[in-house]
Order: sequence, then structure tokens, then C-alpha cells
Amino acid sequence: MAYVPLADQDQEMEMHHPHTWVEKYVFSQDHKVIGVQYGGLAVFTGIIGLALSLLFRLQLGFPESVDFVDPNFYYQAVTMHGMIMVVYFLTALFLGGFGNYMIPLMLGARDMVFPFLNMMSVWTFLISVVILMASFFVSGGPTGAGWTLYPPQTTMAGTPGHDAGIILMLVSLAVFVVAFTMGGLNYVVTILQYRCRGMTLMRMPLTVWGVFVATVLGLFAFPALLVACIMMMFDTLLGTSFFMPAVIEAGSPLDYEGGSPILFQHLFWFFGHPEVYIVALPAFGLVSDVLSVHARKNIFGYRMMVWAIIAIGGLSFIVWAHHMYVSGMNPYFGFFFATTTLIIAVPTALKVYNWIFTLWEGDIRLNSPMYFAIGFIFTFIHGGLTGLFLGNVVIDLPLSDTYFVVAHFHLVMGVSPILVLFAAIYHWFPKISGRMFNEKLAKVHFWLTFLGAYSVFLPLHYLGFLGVPRRYYALGNTDFIPLSAQDLNSTVTVAALIVAASQILFFVNIIGSLKWGKKADPNPWGAASLEWQTPDTPPVHGNWGDRLPTVYRWAYDYSVPGAAEDYIPQTVPENEVLAASNDNFETNKNPSPAAI
Amino acid sequence: MSLIEQVTDKPWERKGVIGGLSPEGTFKTQAERVALIFFLIIASVVFSLFMVSYYIRMELPDWEPLSEPAQLWFNTGLLVTSSILFQWARNIVVRNGKSNLYTSFFGAGIFAILFIAAQLVSWSYLQAGGFYLSSNPANAFYYLLTGLHALHLVGGLWFWSKSAIRLVSGGEPKDIRLSIELCTIYWHFLLLVWIVVFAVLSNT
Repeated sequence: MAYVPLADQDQEMEMHHPHTWVEKYVFSQDHKVIGVQYGGLAVFTGIIGLALSLLFRLQLGFPESVDFVDPNFYYQAVTMHGMIMVVYFLTALFLGGFGNYMIPLMLGARDMVFPFLNMMSVWTFLISVVILMASFFVSGGPTGAGWTLYPPQTTMAGTPGHDAGIILMLVSLAVFVVAFTMGGLNYVVTILQYRCRGMTLMRMPLTVWGVFVATVLGLFAFPALLVACIMMMFDTLLGTSFFMPAVIEAGSPLDYEGGSPILFQHLFWFFGHPEVYIVALPAFGLVSDVLSVHARKNIFGYRMMVWAIIAIGGLSFIVWAHHMYVSGMNPYFGFFFATTTLIIAVPTALKVYNWIFTLWEGDIRLNSPMYFAIGFIFTFIHGGLTGLFLGNVVIDLPLSDTYFVVAHFHLVMGVSPILVLFAAIYHWFPKISGRMFNEKLAKVHFWLTFLGAYSVFLPLHYLGFLGVPRRYYALGNTDFIPLSAQDLNSTVTVAALIVAASQILFFVNIIGSLKWGKKADPNPWGAASLEWQTPDTPPVHGNWGDRLPTVYRWAYDYSVPGAAEDYIPQTVPENEVLAASNDNFETNKNPSPAAI
Repeated sequence: MSLIEQVTDKPWERKGVIGGLSPEGTFKTQAERVALIFFLIIASVVFSLFMVSYYIRMELPDWEPLSEPAQLWFNTGLLVTSSILFQWARNIVVRNGKSNLYTSFFGAGIFAILFIAAQLVSWSYLQAGGFYLSSNPANAFYYLLTGLHALHLVGGLWFWSKSAIRLVSGGEPKDIRLSIELCTIYWHFLLLVWIVVFAVLSNT
């Protein structure tokens, strides 16, 4: 079949135009509707994850006075909180939500390359969420094995949810992997094949680069989770011994022998570590774009940023065993993985420097998305630095099972991506909804979230130094832990409650603005990238009206000397810029950056 | 422009429409083909991870090697035939021909179905011989790997049946040309996977 360049194809012929309300909003094949569906579902599960964290935080802060959290429920809540937040909330929201919404708009495409597959992806994701939530209602409840699901304790009688709960968790994860693969194939092929005229790879906004590399990581890493889930399911249901060693349960030996629990850990973390970057890379991309737009400067070192994303993606596959220093694996492994872990810090630090250099001498507009983006730089540096400590075997061994680790990964992969999510939601809300949000409320929301998150996670570092073990239901009387540690624990719980409550401001702002917000300008921030240049706000089905856009420049032409405005959209050809600047030269010799 | 040149391009220096109608970095082929290649990479990752697990698990002391039934050679023959017939069907549609298309295309699917059936027969032989799934990890891996491979083939047959229905209900060969081409690639891939799986199973 002869190859026809996409820009030459009559794409209107292929578009599936919705005719009914159901086709438009429920079984929609439009990437924007699917993105919002993915995002909404992810936020819904995220709220459940947040609520669970409050429940076990209450137990930790006030162990004597919380009756409704028993040890079993505590472990179930911790497990479900971890799994929900990492997989069903962050991964789904960044890739399924933002990936779906942004990729075609930023690349000048009408839709994803396989819209039907895209629709299947979101519905399969819904099925996986339903299966996951079903485990709350089966006998024994959801699994309480910890989000890493390590065998053998996962399937043994002492662990809550060892019968039905763990099976539902494994099935749900397997279904999620299928959903992700359908979506991921779409993102990758769309980015490679569906770019509009002139949109070379190096003209893509960093958001697209982040989503692209993260998706490739996901496509290669999620199979490890699938393989581990399948083999564990065999062990649990069919009595094989892939992972299960000979083990005694309540005095009598079980029917297993010879399996390798460490094999599971290797498979799990071969997925688990890239998973960190599956969440982080889209966040890096989104925050780069937000910083650049609100600093009215091109992103500093664009090519370095792209290479760093690719390098982090590649390196993320050879650092996994730094999660396993205490597993009893060969110590030489630890040396190798400590080295690679320190190496991966180099491109990551490079990105941080470039964000700061982007701000340097920028014409910074302190809009609320910018608050969250700058807040992200703080929390990310903080969480990243503790990662350097934990990457070393000798430091990790004493700290591994303490709250220090909890503080580290929550700052780096919990708080930081969530700050980016808020930045991105506020930044793109005017385009997605066509309305402006309440700026003052957003700033109050920022300060409560940012300071609140710090007051939750900074004290946890100190608890870690004191040797307070994580995963424990209650500390009881432990000689080496001073009594004041419990006061700190109570403070953390109060701070967590305040942070959670302050998220109500966010939902009030977003939902209220959908109804009462004032109509948004098509390009309120003066951004140069393609998604702000759509003929309609919010963009309609097909995105671009009659003609696909043509791209003449990269996405970061801000404050270009001599140009009429302080940004040049990607769709503006060079001769129009010159004409505009000549006009400008006659009327105003010093174009003010504020004159947008 | 090579990939290295593309990602070392300085986008702030080059202005204007670069690359005309298809921007640099776009593969000059159909999107479906690109998607299939990515899918083949993912499937390879899945099988490779099972293989790695196989070799790690094999080192542990309770492993008792399974002697695979000789019938697998016959099964391999069925899959090879299926692949050859698919290649034949592909060559016919690429030439815009029509004669022998039914024979080759339906033959390919039928031989694939026969292969899956024969794999199930090999399972029942093993069961009859007392080699149960849970009795030894080597057995478990045998059932797991052959089952997973057969499952991939079932997925391929689903796309085959869609094309078959179109062909029977009066579709022109050119309508299903892309589908047959992609199925052929997938079939060859699964044959390759099977040969690797078979080689690993029978040498350990």
C-alpha cells in the first residue's frame, strides 16, 4: 500500500463524528473527552487513596483514641493507599489524562491515531478500578501485604486479604497493564506519526517528550509487573512454587517448596523503578512548559532537557535493585546499583539546574500555576537529595525500614508530581474548560498545600533518624524511641488532615469556575505552543477546524528581541514576525514585554 | 536525516517549515505497522522476562527437568506450515492477485488452530503421565510458556477471523491487504518465539 504522508490525507474522512449524547460524552472516541474521563477516574481513585492515608495517619498520630482502625485494616489501608496513588492515580492521570489531552493538541493532530483503541483503554482502566474497589467488599477485605506485594507473606494466613483480596489486586493490575498498553501504543505511534507539517521532533514541547519517553518506559516496564502478577496468581490459585519457598503456616508446612521470593522482588522492581520515572518524566515535561511560559523565557537548554529525559529513561532500567539492598541479594549487586543510582542523579540534577536557569532573569509572572511549579522545584530538590543518601548501601541499610524512606519517596514522587499536577491543571484549565479559575483561591490552595505538605514530610525525616520503623501499626513501648517522637507523629497527622481539607478549595475552585468562572481568553498566558492556538476554546472535535496547522518554529520563542509581542506562536511564519516587528519599530522603539 | 542529527538539531536556529508535508522523524509507513512493531517489542519483553525467570528458578535445588513430548516436533511443523501459508497469502495480495488466496489465507488460519489443538493434546499427554502443573516448577513453566504462546496466537486469530469475515462477505483482496501483511509479520514473530521457547525447554 503506497504511503501517503499524513498531512496529505483527507483526515475528515476518517474522523468518527459523534451523533448522540452517549457517543459524545460516554463512549467517546475524542482524545479530549477520553483524557478528561481518564483524569476524572484517576482523581476519584486518588481521593480514596487520600482518605485511606488519613485513616492510618489517625491511627499513627493518636493510637490510643482511634478504635475503628484495627491492625488488619491499618495494613490494608497502607497497601491500598500506596498502590492506588502510584498506579491508579499518578500514572493514569499523567499519561491517560494529560497524555491523552495534550499529545494531539500539542502536535497539531486531529486525534489519536487509533481512537477506538483509545476508548477501549479508558474503559478497560475503569474495569481495573472496579476490580480494585471490589476488593473492599469481599470477605477478608483488600490485601494488606504492602504495596510491593512481596511473597511469601502476601498469600499467608496472617496477612489480611490473603485469599480474595490479593487475587483481585493481581487481576486488577493485570487489567490495568492491558489498558495502559492500549493507551501507550496510541501515544507512541501518535507522537511518531501524527505530527503536523513542520513539527520536527526537536520542535515538540517538553511535555510531549516527557509523555513520550515515559510511555516507552511504561510499555517496557509494565510487562514485568504483568509477568510477576501472572506467576503469583499461579502460586496462589494453582499451587505452583514460582515464588513460594517451603514455608510453615501456623505450625503446619504448606504445599510449596523451593520458590524464590527474591525473583519476585527483582521482577517487581524492574517494573517499580521505571514506574517512578513513568510518573516523573511527564511531570518534568509539564513543569518545564509551565515555567517557561510564566517566566516569559525559552526553556534553558532545550536540547539538554530532551537528552536528559532520554538518558533518565534509559538509566531507569538499571537501577531497580537499589530498592532491594536489605533483601539479602549478592552484596556486589548493591555496589553496581549504588553506582548507577548516583549516575542517574546527573541528568536529573541537570534538569533542576535548567529550571532554575529558566527562571534566572526571566520576566516572571507569579500566576498561580507558577507558584506550584516553583514549589515543585523546592520539593523535588529536597526529595532528590535524600535520594542520593538512600542510594548508597551503607546509609540505606540503617534507614531502609524507617520513616526516612517514607519522607524521601513522598517528597520526590508524591508531593512533587502532585504540585506539578496542580500547576498543570490550573495552567491548562482555561483551554480545557474555556473559563478562568479564581486566582486568589488558587494561591490560598497553594500555600496550604505546599506548607502543609512540608509540615507532614519534613518531621518524618527526623523520625527516621530516630529509628522509628515504618509499617508498624503502633510503636508501643520501645526504649530507643523517645516519647517526644509520638508528639511529632501527632503533629504530622494534624498537618495531613489540614492538607487534605485544603484540597476542598481546589475542587470548589475548579467546579465553581466551570459554572461561574469568567470566559477565558483563548491564550490567557500568552503561550507559544500549539495547543493554545486552536480556533475554538475549548477545542472542538477535530481540534483544528478546516485546516491542520503548520509549524514554523519551536515551542519556546518567548521575549524574542524585535518581535511585536513577547511570544511568537509556533504557527507564525518568519516573514510575519518581521513585518510585525517593523510595525512595532515605528511605533515603539522599546517593546514592552507586558504589551500582550 | 539520521536520528542522531535530528535530536542534535538546534530548534531555535532553524525556522520555517522543515521537511514539508511529513515532518522529520516520521516513519514512512502506515501507523498500524509502527504500532505492530511496538507491540512485538512489548511481547518480546514479556517472553524474555519469563525466560529470565525460568533460568533463575532453574538454579534452585528442587528443579526436576521435564522431558518434553516428542509430539512438539510435529506441532512445530504445523506452525511452520501456517507461517508459510500466511507468507504465500501475503505475496498474493501484494501482487494484487486473487487465485489461491482462499487456499493460502484460510489454510494459514486452520493450521494455526490445529497447532493450538495439538499443544492442548500435548498438555493432556503430560497430565496423563503425572506431570502436573504444581508438581514441579519445570512443569509449571512448560504449561505457562506454551499457554502464553498459544494465547498470543489466539489473539492473532482474532484479527485473522476479522479479515476472513470480510473476505467471505465479498471484500476485495486489497481491502484486507494491510491486515494480511501485518498478520504475516505477527505469525513469523510467533514462530520465532515458539522456536526459542522450544529450544530452551528441550535443552534444559
